[in-house]
Amino acid sequence: MKILTKWLRAYLPELSVDDLRLAEDLTLRGIAVEGIFDLGDGNGSLYEMDITTNRVDAMNHYGIAREAAAIYGVPLLPLDLALPAPQPAAASFSVKIEAEDACGRFTARVLRGITVTDSRDWFAQAEVDTYFRLLEQKKISSAVDATNFVWLAMGQPTHAFDLDKIEGGIVVRRARKGEKLKTLDGIERTLDPEDLVVADHAKPLALAGVMGGWDSMITPATKNVLVEAAWFEPMAVRRTARRHGLHTDASHRFERGADFNAAPVASALVSRILLAAGGSIEGDLVDVRVPALEARTAARKPIALALSEVQRILGTTTDADGITAATVEGVLAALGCMLAPAGAAAWSVTLPSWRLDIEREIDLIEEVARVYGYNRFANTLPAFGGGVTALSSAQAESALRETLRSAGFHEAIASTFCSASDAALTAPQPGLVVPLGNPLSEEAGVLRPSLIPGMLTMVAGNLHRDVSDVRLFELGTVFSGTTEKVDERPALAFVAAGALPEQSALHPARAVEFHDLKGVVEQVLARFQTRTVYFDRFPPEAGLNPAWLHPFRSARIVAEGTTVGWFGQLHPREAAARKLKETVLLGEIDLDRLYKLPLRKPAARELSRFQPVRRDFSLVLDESVAWEQIDRTLASLAIPEMVDWRARETFRDAKLGAREYSLLMGVTFQAADRTLREEELQAFQAQVIAAVGKAGARLRS
Amino acid sequence: MTNEVIPNLTAFDEAALGQAFATLERQARDAASALGSPEAVEAFRLHWLGRKQGLLNEVSSRWLKAAPPEAKKALGQRFNALKSAVEALLDAASGAGPSDAALAAEAIDITLPGSRRLTGAEHPITKTLNEIVSVFAALGYSVGVGPEVETDFYNFECMNFPPGHPARDTQDTLVVANQDRRPQRDRLLLRTHTSPVQMRTMEQQAPPVRIVIPGKVHRNDATDATHSPIFHQVEGLCVDTNITFSDLKGTLDHAMKALFGSSVKTRFFPSFFPFTEPSADVQISCIFCGGKGCRKCKHSGWIELLGCGMVDPAVFAFAKEKQPAYDPKKISGFAFGMGVERIAMMKYGISEIGQFYAGDMRFLGQFA
Repeated sequence: MKILTKWLRAYLPELSVDDLRLAEDLTLRGIAVEGIFDLGDGNGSLYEMDITTNRVDAMNHYGIAREAAAIYGVPLLPLDLALPAPQPAAASFSVKIEAEDACGRFTARVLRGITVTDSRDWFAQAEVDTYFRLLEQKKISSAVDATNFVWLAMGQPTHAFDLDKIEGGIVVRRARKGEKLKTLDGIERTLDPEDLVVADHAKPLALAGVMGGWDSMITPATKNVLVEAAWFEPMAVRRTARRHGLHTDASHRFERGADFNAAPVASALVSRILLAAGGSIEGDLVDVRVPALEARTAARKPIALALSEVQRILGTTTDADGITAATVEGVLAALGCMLAPAGAAAWSVTLPSWRLDIEREIDLIEEVARVYGYNRFANTLPAFGGGVTALSSAQAESALRETLRSAGFHEAIASTFCSASDAALTAPQPGLVVPLGNPLSEEAGVLRPSLIPGMLTMVAGNLHRDVSDVRLFELGTVFSGTTEKVDERPALAFVAAGALPEQSALHPARAVEFHDLKGVVEQVLARFQTRTVYFDRFPPEAGLNPAWLHPFRSARIVAEGTTVGWFGQLHPREAAARKLKETVLLGEIDLDRLYKLPLRKPAARELSRFQPVRRDFSLVLDESVAWEQIDRTLASLAIPEMVDWRARETFRDAKLGAREYSLLMGVTFQAADRTLREEELQAFQAQVIAAVGKAGARLRS
Repeated sequence: MTNEVIPNLTAFDEAALGQAFATLERQARDAASALGSPEAVEAFRLHWLGRKQGLLNEVSSRWLKAAPPEAKKALGQRFNALKSAVEALLDAASGAGPSDAALAAEAIDITLPGSRRLTGAEHPITKTLNEIVSVFAALGYSVGVGPEVETDFYNFECMNFPPGHPARDTQDTLVVANQDRRPQRDRLLLRTHTSPVQMRTMEQQAPPVRIVIPGKVHRNDATDATHSPIFHQVEGLCVDTNITFSDLKGTLDHAMKALFGSSVKTRFFPSFFPFTEPSADVQISCIFCGGKGCRKCKHSGWIELLGCGMVDPAVFAFAKEKQPAYDPKKISGFAFGMGVERIAMMKYGISEIGQFYAGDMRFLGQFA
């Protein structure tokens, strides 16, 4: 919206600040000046303004002048409404409001013998030519310009009809089914029975509060005019405007709540300008009001306001006096409120008809703070006696992030949405995917049931950009359920491709593989207190493995007897579908299950002072025997002095049978209280050999 | 080992003795300087100090025996000095390990880059969220979270959005499918702000409340350089008896100084939010130019950073239905909210908001 400071100053003769300062002070009071353009030559400045929709009253020159008057405590000139005495009318012009729910006030004034001409600077406060030139507002004709000028001056839409086109009188009513109206934009419209129209006794003349009609518009031949200034109900105007796809200055204002008492004022201003080129008024102003709508706007009940409440909410000011009764009275009176004392430092406040956004005591308190100036309040800190509690999952979350980061994974954040097909692929419960009603795109049609789709999109994005080493994780929310009830769970997903997170000029890079990812999973689980953790997988025909994983290179993660997640190599079918030639490893963990476990608290134990002894065993095994079997067998020996055993190397060679492999196993023995004797060690070794023998291993000779 | 034979001494005067012993000592020093391995050190020891064939043994047995009695004392003193010198050379050689020459053969290129075990990066959004949260934790704020899928009631109605408010339109809000037949307040949507957690917290907890709420939110927005349908907010709520607008100012002024440096200034100006009254937008003095005016702050010297205000009594009225202590006549409070992406973009000089969600290793690696 464009505002001329020259025009503002015409209403504020005592305003002494310059245009820059005025702009700054208005902006700090919520009347935002976004741009200032010097018009030169004593013409002041043009402000480009951005007024929030709750302040429609300030979307015009007089409204902003009122704000400035309140800020600086200077007088605001009243609008000059003096009109010549009317000629007597044979009968008062007929106006009837049928739609009493939608039209609160309708004023009509008959002007006769006017001349439609070019606009000029008619008189003080009506410099139409100068102001339109500075605003680059197109002049059309003195009649149309008069209504536009008054709109820009004080924000009340008005309309001028060619009186000779009106049959009988005015009726404000709902349209009749099938009625037609050609509006000012030249479009012939078929009206809806819900549309609000201004009609005469025979036909609709205008879409009420939205746009006038073609047939009754002012032309150069017009001699007699009916000036309309009315108040229409916001919802009625919004519905009519929407139905016809129209958004006009008038509809903008009426939709947001016009000033109930502005109609006669605007009517007088328009009439004064039209009469400046000749003509006369016939009869008194016809002013029809609907009391129910007047009670909701201009005649609202006063609001009780107490100084103590103002101070309780607003607090301390940098000025030692703080907010006083005089501050409250000064600010609110300047904004158009009437304050009647109601006890000590309390008032009964009558609200101005143009401020429909003010309804409650708190609204008045806001006005006091706003006009007083937010930045004149002190910076204080409230006292606090309570304690601070962290989220129950906060520690676990940061342990997870730390573990993944130290394993070389960057944290990522992916879209909350995925395609229905990705959801079908990755959802733990395929039927329980939640679709959106207005998705951003087809690829984002549902709430993600898993973090895997995001991981796949991101790994593909990197690989397709020739970033070949990828290690990403995400800690986020996954969704399941129905459109009636949506469940949200926290999840952790990770993906890796390319080389391990090691960078060396001296050693070749090694590609990340299944067991690297398994190591990360083990480290994640090691942050939690667990008694049993194991990994397994189901035969593919069981249909229990996630469809996105390679059925023979993936594993289920089981902690404390519960499935907490899956990981492994991306199914080659999915890799091909996504044009991924590289091996992609990825996995997902249900954090709500993991969060049920307490975080592991490290506990120190005594370190043995006695020498540990390591013995290596070279075993030959059938390929059907997995390490886990050897591991469990050794664990079941429960030899306290056997403190560690691990697979050091597995390999196949020609000297072995076709379905055999060799396993080098290291076992460490150590006692807490003595040096182990050779006889003891030999006994332990024999126990180990016997045990692995039962599990199907033989010693390599 | 065959020792080289020491020369016979023909004269036993001072000059002859001095020259003979100096020659031997020089030979010992030369030999010692070339010692490169423990084996060589041992050979040196045997050569000079060996019990049977060592050179010093030779000197002792041949020169001392041959010397006339008047020269024996001077010769003995020189012999002891030589022996001490050789022993010192031996001590030095065995303590120093391999010689510099031997070590030179093991030279490496120290200018090659160091081998690195790469660690992962914290996401800049997580990092920024954590920074904001810890500033408020230090002011006594606990952390709260809430669901990303919300009901119309929590997202809009109890936050005092009137029916028909534009934000409720599907043009602005992403909604779950098939909600049309449900009562308005039960309809499910993707929360458009973290504010619903204010109400969820108040329903659970009587005042005093100090809570900071980080979270992911969604709007039906087209993506451009600075807008994304997915973004993050941090919301704050403080409710107690006698919480004032000046407390709101002081709290946010303190928080902005903690986040952006103690020289940062704040200014507040009127704004409008349905759930606060009075409402304010907060600007901080430009962190790039210090307020002088630059491209980043559009030459205004100020950067708009967050919205805030005093909790609207209408919001307390909703909370009061479950917690009677939220009587707007007895308590008061303030709330504030800020966009995490915007702050992170400013702090780290990020120009495209989309980079936060693309998972590009090159982008994320910069934050390691």
